[in-house]
Amino acid sequence: MASHLYVTTTATLPDGCRLSAQGVSAGYGGAAIVQDVSLDVPDGALTVLVGPNGCGKSTLLKAMARVLPVSAGRVLLDGAPVHETPTRDVARRLAMLPQGPVAPEGLRVRELVAQGRFPHQSLLRQWSREDARAVEAAMAAADVAQFADRPVSDLSGGQRQRCWIAMVLAQETDVILLDEPTTFLDLKVQIDLMGLLRRIAHDEGRTLVVVLHELNVAAAFADLLVMMKGGRIVAEGPVGLAFTAEALSDVFGLEASILTDPESGRPVCVPRVARGFALAAQ
Amino acid sequence: MTAAALPRHGVAAWVAPLGGLVVLCLAFGWHIAVGAKTIPLGTVAEALLAYDAGVFDHVVIVDLRLPRAVLAVLVGASLAVAGALMQGVTRNPLAEPGILGLLIGASFAVVVFVGVFDLASPALIPLVAALGALAAAMAVWGIATAAPGGATPLTLVLSGAAITAFLGALVTVATLLDEQTFEELRVWLTGSLAGRRGDILVWTLPWLTVGLVIAFGVARQVTALAMGDETAVGLGMRVGRLKALVLLAVVALTASAVAIAGPMGFVGLVVPHAVRLFVGQDYRLVVPWSALAGAIYLLVVDIAARLVLAPIEISTGLVTALLGAPIFVWLVRARL
Repeated sequence: MASHLYVTTTATLPDGCRLSAQGVSAGYGGAAIVQDVSLDVPDGALTVLVGPNGCGKSTLLKAMARVLPVSAGRVLLDGAPVHETPTRDVARRLAMLPQGPVAPEGLRVRELVAQGRFPHQSLLRQWSREDARAVEAAMAAADVAQFADRPVSDLSGGQRQRCWIAMVLAQETDVILLDEPTTFLDLKVQIDLMGLLRRIAHDEGRTLVVVLHELNVAAAFADLLVMMKGGRIVAEGPVGLAFTAEALSDVFGLEASILTDPESGRPVCVPRVARGFALAAQ
Repeated sequence: MTAAALPRHGVAAWVAPLGGLVVLCLAFGWHIAVGAKTIPLGTVAEALLAYDAGVFDHVVIVDLRLPRAVLAVLVGASLAVAGALMQGVTRNPLAEPGILGLLIGASFAVVVFVGVFDLASPALIPLVAALGALAAAMAVWGIATAAPGGATPLTLVLSGAAITAFLGALVTVATLLDEQTFEELRVWLTGSLAGRRGDILVWTLPWLTVGLVIAFGVARQVTALAMGDETAVGLGMRVGRLKALVLLAVVALTASAVAIAGPMGFVGLVVPHAVRLFVGQDYRLVVPWSALAGAIYLLVVDIAARLVLAPIEISTGLVTALLGAPIFVWLVRARL
């Protein structure tokens, strides 16, 4: 981890690590966007990846989900490389929600959530009572059961995103990766959604890795915060240690003060805008 | 919409499929009853269930009319299923064998094979049609991928139109150059079920079977694929293999339809959309219902082709478009 500028302890996080990236390089069409990245994802916790646009956080997530191949290094799930494990075996233990997924016009919520059962089915065992139970449980957990028979396209952005989360929950995997699940949603909806994800991690002991755009939302919910820049991890640690003014300046070029939310004890960043106001006033 | 009302489990779940099969049987019987001489439905049933070679109507039914009805069922089912698969996998509501150039590719290959090389072996026609459909699909895909922005629904349809126009012109040139050879092909090129020889069915059946078996096998994965490649990978699907299988199914089904009846437009476009109005977007339902509805649709169209201007028979392919276009306009207004 010598390449990290801010090496911080993970003592407050769970010890286990079923998913890890080891020296991973990945990208599109030969260009490596992520370079030599190693990350141990703590079990049963909410890990959040942040970084400026194009920093490689989504690329890293996709490589860990075996959606993208790795050009170097490997991603281990339960000790076995995910890119070499039969993809359906991986899908029984690791779920992935891509960024901005689109449901076909008219697909009903229950049908969407039922797709999550695919890795548990086979040609001979198409649909079982177990599948029905998992779908109902997932819809209840994501609070979309009341929409079960409505088309996904009729719902609001936040409700739709909860349907997709229900789909990955129905997959009943211990590890869930989500790529920008809160983008384009109202702040209130973002907070509700992140609360749902945190409950899934803490109450059900599942391992979540989430790419986020909103820094304060990330700071409010992350157990482990990972900051990326230029295809590398530059800071990682519990929010209290990793979410610093220096890190924000270094990673985002953002000059900000860090305050502490008196209620949660979590850090909050307030961008310095005084100079901007002064310039505008001139 | 009605989609939500279709029950999945229990006795009620069997009512809709049974009803569909009953409609298919009625259309099948009606199709056989219609012709130069109208035969009562009772006699049709009698001929099919208790054949008597001594009765003239029975011979007409079994030797002449039954094969045509069977071909109509197979062609309608093939084209509708091919269209449904293509629309799902390309996430393009306009995808179907006709619009994306597969029909004309298959037809062009058959025209060249039969006309230029003068080889009319029915055993090879489905293979030639399949190679033509595959080549056209590759060309359309290649052109669309090379366009700025890649293979979007728009670029796919545009390159499909280009290939269709280009190969269509070549087919016309070929038929003009050698009118005698193409006399028989000209009717076939408008899409026709008239006077097809029985042996073409024997040679087409393996292709049809392969296409339909794959289509039914991959149906449930097509739903996830319609939600994006990354979603499908996340669910544990082998997306590359899946797409190759779908391409194989679409090519086999298109080739079968073309080998039997020539390029028959609109069936693959209209039928799956109409089916989705009733069963929704789950391809486990869309694929079998498309097969059923496609069969019924082509039976009805072929009845109309023989009834509307009786005793003159219109080419079935013309009626599919004449009937299909207004239905499609209605579908667009209703929902698309």
